[in-house]
Amino acid sequence: MKKIIKYVIIDILRNKIIVAYTLFLLVISLSIFNLEDNSSKGLLSLLNIILIIVPLVSMMFSAIYVYNSAEFLELLVSQPLKRKWIWLSLFTGLACSMGLAFFIGAGIPILLYEASPTGFMMLATGLLLSVIFVSIAMLAAVMTRDKAKGIGVTILLWLYFALIFDGLVLFILFQFADYPLEKMMVGVSALNPIDLGRILILLKLDVSALMGYTGAVFKNFFGTQAGLVLAFLVLILWIILPVWISVRRFGRKDL
Amino acid sequence: MIIANNITKRFGKLMALDNVSVKCNKGECIALIGPNGSGKTTFIKCILGMVVCDSGFITFNGKNILHDWKYRSLIGYMPQVGRYPENMTIGQVLEMMKDIRGGDEHILDDELVNKFGLDTLLHKRMRTLSGGTRQKVSASLAFLFNPDMLILDEPTAGLDPLSSEMLKEKIIAEKKRGKLVLISSHILSELDDLVTQVIYMQEGKVCFHKSIKDLRTDTGEEKLSKAIAHVILKAAH
Repeated sequence: MKKIIKYVIIDILRNKIIVAYTLFLLVISLSIFNLEDNSSKGLLSLLNIILIIVPLVSMMFSAIYVYNSAEFLELLVSQPLKRKWIWLSLFTGLACSMGLAFFIGAGIPILLYEASPTGFMMLATGLLLSVIFVSIAMLAAVMTRDKAKGIGVTILLWLYFALIFDGLVLFILFQFADYPLEKMMVGVSALNPIDLGRILILLKLDVSALMGYTGAVFKNFFGTQAGLVLAFLVLILWIILPVWISVRRFGRKDL
Repeated sequence: MIIANNITKRFGKLMALDNVSVKCNKGECIALIGPNGSGKTTFIKCILGMVVCDSGFITFNGKNILHDWKYRSLIGYMPQVGRYPENMTIGQVLEMMKDIRGGDEHILDDELVNKFGLDTLLHKRMRTLSGGTRQKVSASLAFLFNPDMLILDEPTAGLDPLSSEMLKEKIIAEKKRGKLVLISSHILSELDDLVTQVIYMQEGKVCFHKSIKDLRTDTGEEKLSKAIAHVILKAAH
């Protein structure tokens, strides 16, 4: 398995896109930290960019990469290798590369300018989000055979997680404004890793007062040690579940 | 060595394999022939576990291949169309395969690599290769690890006469060393001096599986192409 991961990582690092993505993140985070005199304000600006860009790039890159390595997968499957390990190696390779790109591009500036608990929280959620969206993209890619369709599905999924989900939540909140939905919102936020990441960082930034009463409920829940652990467990579940389903799918796939 | 039992595979409405049962033993050279779309490649892919069959099972050396993967280290496979990572060079592909398959336990057999002159092309990227050179890479990889069984899917399609002669010699040599060779091909004339058994498939079914001797005495024809034509015509009447 280690050998396949090695070949996947070498192949990805040879790809110019991942280098461009790293540089892009690096330029954005450095310029934001240099523009704002207060680095914790810079962190807030960086948050919104990271929550949009990281999932998009992780997902698109992984989906396209999986489709483009169809030949490689076909070659490997006819060799004495376990299918499960082939797929997990591909996942590990992609997750490591995307995580590394995020760490170099955004993680190092964060550590340089804002090595506070908030900064570490941002680093952790960014890394987790990178891996989560690699895992979701791989699930989408294994379920659709056609490349154009598969990439279309990943774009739609990204739209859903980044925009549509929030719209739906707002819609529900307004429609049922007469009911006490604040506690339910904690559960709903677990359905979207981007939202969960945003809440975790905002709570650390202490701007939760801006979110009104819901913010207070979030603070009560995620502010505690147990809530924090639970939130990270949910994020890890967002990695494991898609990977597990896609491994099972790939095991039965005809190549 | 390989026993396939009532293999059935559907692709949507298409019945690619319909109750296929075949038994192949060591030291045989078996020709898998049939019209286009008769399920030859699907059958080969089933043996390799690249296609998972809907029902039935395949055993390799007495073990079910369904949840096994180690058996593939005993098989050398040459696909119909060799597809390789496009931006790797021939040398890198060869090195990667040696690395993945663990060269220690096998004695590497790079006779074909040298005969085809691939050792002078090692720096060429896969995407720049012609169809024939790709076939040479596929063939070299199939024989490289000295496997007990060789599966060759249309091996000579796209090869120049000189190279296909080299490949044929190699196949005969390996057969003499007691290996099982499974060849699917449309060019019957070149199979004449290679094969010992014939499997004829049509529309996903095995029409017959006979040794070439039986086929010759049954039909009274010496040439394989004529013997097959004879059988098909007889079946049509």
